[in-house]
Amino acid sequence: MKPSAFAYHRPGTVDEAVATLAGVGDDGKVLAGGQSLVPMLNMRLAAPAHLVDVNRVDGLDEVRVVDDGAGASVRVGAAARHTDVEHDAEVAAVLPLLRQALEHVAHPTIRNRGTTVGSLVHADPAAELNAVLALLGGSVTLRSTTGSRVVNASELVTGPMQTCLRPDELATEAAFPVPQGHTGTAWTEVSRRAGDYAVCGVGVLVTVDDELRVRSARAAYVSMGPVPEVLDLTEPVAGIAAGGARPDEWAAAGRLATARLEPDDDIHATAAYRGHLAGVLTARAARAAAERAVARAGDTTGAST
Amino acid sequence: MSIEEHPGRTETRHDVRVTVNGVPRTATVPARRLLSDFLRHDLALTGTHVGCEHGVCGACTVLVDGRPIRSCLQFAVMHDGAEITTVEGCTRPDGELGPVQRAFRDCHGLQCGFCTPGFVTTITAYLDEHPRPSATEAREAISGNLCRCTGYQSIVDSVLRAAEIRSDQGDGRGETPQ
Ligand SMILES: Cc1cc2nc3c(=O)[nH]c(=O)nc-3n(C[C@H](O)[C@H](O)[C@H](O)COP(=O)(O)OP(=O)(O)OC[C@H]3O[C@@H](n4cnc5c(N)ncnc54)[C@H](O)[C@@H]3O)c2cc1C
Ligand code: FES
Ligand code: FES
Repeated sequence: MKPSAFAYHRPGTVDEAVATLAGVGDDGKVLAGGQSLVPMLNMRLAAPAHLVDVNRVDGLDEVRVVDDGAGASVRVGAAARHTDVEHDAEVAAVLPLLRQALEHVAHPTIRNRGTTVGSLVHADPAAELNAVLALLGGSVTLRSTTGSRVVNASELVTGPMQTCLRPDELATEAAFPVPQGHTGTAWTEVSRRAGDYAVCGVGVLVTVDDELRVRSARAAYVSMGPVPEVLDLTEPVAGIAAGGARPDEWAAAGRLATARLEPDDDIHATAAYRGHLAGVLTARAARAAAERAVARAGDTTGAST
Repeated sequence: MSIEEHPGRTETRHDVRVTVNGVPRTATVPARRLLSDFLRHDLALTGTHVGCEHGVCGACTVLVDGRPIRSCLQFAVMHDGAEITTVEGCTRPDGELGPVQRAFRDCHGLQCGFCTPGFVTTITAYLDEHPRPSATEAREAISGNLCRCTGYQSIVDSVLRAAEIRSDQGDGRGETPQ
């Protein structure tokens, strides 16, 4: 099917973009990569009267690593593509989780157009990046003609495909904080076909101490609830040897995940199957993250001697 | 830009200038014209196929500034000024079949051919960045495109064969269109 008629706007600056959004009111939508919005328009699930194309807004396509005293973070502008973030060498060095997760977002062809910020504000419960933002305690900057505000991951997403954005607000940038200490991360998921939305997906962040024992472990999940679920897995794995732990030691983290999460049935999988997947994938991701934490701790000690 | 009134709606119309397969083209279209329909209906380049119109099948894949994208998920007006390569442009400069197209012929990479334009453009861009893929990488490279006929095996073979043809031609980039 084809989209309904609309008026197209292509602002060149952020000021112009927010003025246009304020002018068109409830009847307008931001058009970024179009990878979620255009299917909805084609199927006429949405029919906004105005589209505000932000792809050529000045300065929005940047991907930067910023250290502003409060700690380093990766800043992704609203017109930056998933591909740009995935292939940024500096980002991969300081925050490998972004690339680990992005490799599971659709296919390269979709990532060439889809934006990271667009994915965050679209807030699909299966979207990897919302889980990554939640796991790292990141935030998104929102601009309107009346000012700007920074909302953190848990405030941003209020339900499945629902956010705290007002219709006149433009998300300009996402900030993914770089975790402190000796850390390692991993993303694993199961989907029906390569590149599909996950039936269950999990990202894990493990921190180890100087003796390379697990200090903390956290996980974030997609497709396991209406919004990204974040769990603290530290209790069952605290103090275990991060590099050489037995699989059953990690399985304890998986059991905790299965017990805590409350997924729903849908046409793709039953709740019980999802709970089972969460257990297996959590153990697998936690182990991989811990091994990477050990390797990175080795790298930093090696570098300082 | 001009404006057209529909019952209860205002639609804008735009002059869209693009370079397709090296040739500058212009058409005036409503904002809602999909890039896929712009190529097929307004520019009469019917090589680009339209299957699902929601980004899943990959038949409509074209290269914009060298990168593969789904043309069914873009409005033509968004790409004013862009360089576009369609399957018609994946030929040699003399009009003979390009390396990916030749590989598809050699390996029976197509049956009905509906999906083929999307595979040819996707693989052309992939081989620019990964000139020597393994069989596993070749399979991964085409995992975003659907084919209802071949069972994919012969398409994987075509990717590997295309890589060979390109490397036989010396510089690895072979006859890739500009
Ligand atoms: C076949 C297919 C498979 C996919 N698989 C996955 C997957 O596995 N995982 C995944 O996470 N995603 C997947 N996606 C979605 C993809 O990641 C999209 O890129 C993403 O969801 C939306 O980004 P976009 O830039 O394309 O936004 P658009 O489609 O342009 O916009 C999406 C929504 O966000 C709003 N919006 C966008 N940018 C802004 C902004 N800066 N400020 C305010 N509002 C804004 C729009 O108004 C719209 O409501 C898939 C898409 C397709 C077509
Ligand atoms: S027609 Fe565009 S992906 Fe199917
Ligand atoms: S050859 Fe018929 S769909 Fe691929």
